[in-house]
Amino acid sequence: MAVVHIPAPLRSLTGGETDVVVPGATLAEVVEALEERFPGLKSRLTEGDRIRPGMAVFVGGVQTPFHLSTRVPADAEIYFAPAISGG
Amino acid sequence: MATETKYRVIGTRPVRPDGVDKVTGRALYGADIVLPRMAHARVLRSPHAHARIRSIDTRQAEALTGVLAVVTAKDLPDVDAILMVGEGGDVNMRHASHNILAHDKALYEGHAVAAVAATSPHIALEALKRIVVDYEALPPVIDVRKAMEPEATLLHEDQFTDTAGEKSEKPSNIASHTIAEEGDIEKGFAEAKVVVEREFVTQTVHQGYIEPHAAVAEWRSDGFLTLWCPTQGAFAVRQQCAQILQHPASHIKVVPTEIGGGFGGKISVYLEPVAAILSRKTGRPIKILMDRAEVLMGTGPTPGTYIKVKMGVDAEGNITAAQALLAYDAGAYPGSPVGAGCMTVFAPYRLKNVRIDGYDVLVNKPKSAAYRAPGATVAEFATETVVDEICEQMGLDPLEFRLKNGAKEGDWRPFGPPYTRIGAIECVEAAQGSDHWKAPLEHEAPNGKRRGRGVASGYWMNWGGTSSCTGRLNGDGSVFLLEGSTDIGGTRASIAMQFAEAFGVDYAQVIPQVVDTDTVGYNDVTGGSRTTFGTGYAAHALAQKMQRDIVEKLAPIWEVEPDTITVEGACYASNGKSATIMEVAKLLDEKGIQVVSSVTTSPHNSSGAFATHIADVEVDSETGKVDVVRYTAVQDAGKAIHPAYVEGQMQGGVAQGIGWALNEEYFYDSAGKLRNATLLDYRMPTTLDVPPIETIIVEVPSPDHPYGVRGAGEVPIVPPPAAIANAIYDAVGVRLQTLPMSPAKVCAAILAKEGAA
Repeated sequence: MAVVHIPAPLRSLTGGETDVVVPGATLAEVVEALEERFPGLKSRLTEGDRIRPGMAVFVGGVQTPFHLSTRVPADAEIYFAPAISGG
Repeated sequence: MATETKYRVIGTRPVRPDGVDKVTGRALYGADIVLPRMAHARVLRSPHAHARIRSIDTRQAEALTGVLAVVTAKDLPDVDAILMVGEGGDVNMRHASHNILAHDKALYEGHAVAAVAATSPHIALEALKRIVVDYEALPPVIDVRKAMEPEATLLHEDQFTDTAGEKSEKPSNIASHTIAEEGDIEKGFAEAKVVVEREFVTQTVHQGYIEPHAAVAEWRSDGFLTLWCPTQGAFAVRQQCAQILQHPASHIKVVPTEIGGGFGGKISVYLEPVAAILSRKTGRPIKILMDRAEVLMGTGPTPGTYIKVKMGVDAEGNITAAQALLAYDAGAYPGSPVGAGCMTVFAPYRLKNVRIDGYDVLVNKPKSAAYRAPGATVAEFATETVVDEICEQMGLDPLEFRLKNGAKEGDWRPFGPPYTRIGAIECVEAAQGSDHWKAPLEHEAPNGKRRGRGVASGYWMNWGGTSSCTGRLNGDGSVFLLEGSTDIGGTRASIAMQFAEAFGVDYAQVIPQVVDTDTVGYNDVTGGSRTTFGTGYAAHALAQKMQRDIVEKLAPIWEVEPDTITVEGACYASNGKSATIMEVAKLLDEKGIQVVSSVTTSPHNSSGAFATHIADVEVDSETGKVDVVRYTAVQDAGKAIHPAYVEGQMQGGVAQGIGWALNEEYFYDSAGKLRNATLLDYRMPTTLDVPPIETIIVEVPSPDHPYGVRGAGEVPIVPPPAAIANAIYDAVGVRLQTLPMSPAKVCAAILAKEGAA
């Protein structure tokens, strides 16, 4: 089961829960599991078949590509964060 | 603090491969490209900060003898795409297209509205005067706080505030609101003995690269387009042009010329698509150059900001809570580095109760672009000034405070997983041990000025990105190393050194070349402090792959199985036979066997780099002029591949930071016009403004790189304004909360203090 750290602006959708444990072998499945428990989360995290533009995602400490087919290891910690740009 | 591993090549200081060409003038920069039948183009720019474009009449310009073509936004296709360019940053390509040629509105003074191609640059300039643009001037909004007000003039009627995917009900100049929260902020402040809350204002500044933008385009009749330009990312240019022109990326080749500085400002395209459509329209190669005023007015600077920081500390000197509000002006289109500002604002510290709010705000200025550790310098200016005030109020040593509260492996950080192995503490310890910190400071200088000393820390994330390299073994044992990463700070050398180390050959045997987008696999931009890390990682992987490929080709010649061949450094051996790589290369070459290997790697970079700086200043209390008289930069480089280039990055970052701290600013009048669009009036530091900068390289190896490399290019610009502000306070007892800390502001602060006394 993955542990998803809920970004602060989305905690109103999780009743204030900051860390949520959900099943899922891929990011898509994790997002679906989140949506089932907390309706409205999916549309805030994703757009089409990818993570929302402007957002980055870390799975197991590693920043992943933006597509939702990314594999999620068992007990992985998942963070959603703003995408950044450097100079 | 050297690491245990002994290297042959890494850690040495060889001469850079591109050095001779650059000092003899042979190196080709953007403006040096000349092609047969080439024509010249220039860009017409808006004189208004904010105006609706009713019409553009190009007939008189087109009628001028020598004019070949005129283009406006109507010559560009509609675009609707989000493209990842640079360090994970998403770029709205519709905005990018509108930025290179204004569509319905001009959104800043200098916004391009049309371009002319002619047989000479002089005719092109004359033709610009004959283009008639009917503008309806609109009120501009320049200040970030005024732009955030509900009744502010809107730049885009269809812009709504995005808060993690939720849109505001009404249009707004606030493009996005970023939030990070951890722990209980109210409880944290309630536990504090001392709470300091201060507001900071900083002005727009430019990267100040010496080479202006330039582009040459040749759109052939078969649909293949070649672009020559100085850029931080040839593949990023290709991607952007493919989207803006709606032309297949496979039909676009980008040839990166040498680059006279970038610092983040040469990632976005400005001239390239315009040159391309003019080339297509005229059937001739087109060259476009910017002059300095165009660079300052028409390309992306780093934002002006408003920042509020509040921090609480208990009686034992532990931080109990920290809060920040960061509002960054994005310029005319969304995309300021406020997200990075939010990530870095408290990065040097271990925090349990924290709240960070970041706002990306539209104003009538050029669309902001990355600038060396984008967003971090101004954020740390705020935090590190507040920390200094807390230390003063509590009688704490500022470096001891940083040791006590410094971030370590496993600590929480905003917007991501906890820190992995980092060197924040080691940097502070090295600063404590420096000659500079131990040297006594006389506050009264012999020349009558007041002296002061300040410290500040800073952080910048590092990015891994994707890099590709190709290696070709030559018959004499040398290797052509083909890279796609633009060399801005000596990366030909740092990448070649990593290849040489892993391949077991001398540095002199590796011949690195930065090549075009058709010749090597994909490379992300040279940005995000990633190239020595990411492309070096690829070079290390390439060396290993080439060794495997050589073994496969050597085995049948030696009549052995490949898995019996051992490789140790430059020596290949099996069943009593052995040969050096020189001998193997000769043998393969004689038999007509080629070894050409390629790799593409995308390493994750989890840690980032910290720095702690010490500044001594002299302040003239009568004029307010501040001179930096001694400066020491301490930085964790993980492993310095080429220490001289790391030191160069540190010194360059500090020099830019001194300019940002003391002089540089975009000065706008009430009509939104930039009043200092020359390097005479936009005052960058000269050698007279920058003292010798002492450097201390700390080496806490990165866990993500085979040699422990961390990015070195960006973090040295983060601490200087805060370190200098704290030194000014130590000298004359006034805290400057605005950048730049120009003589007028310092003088006014001193007078205000004396008046209050």
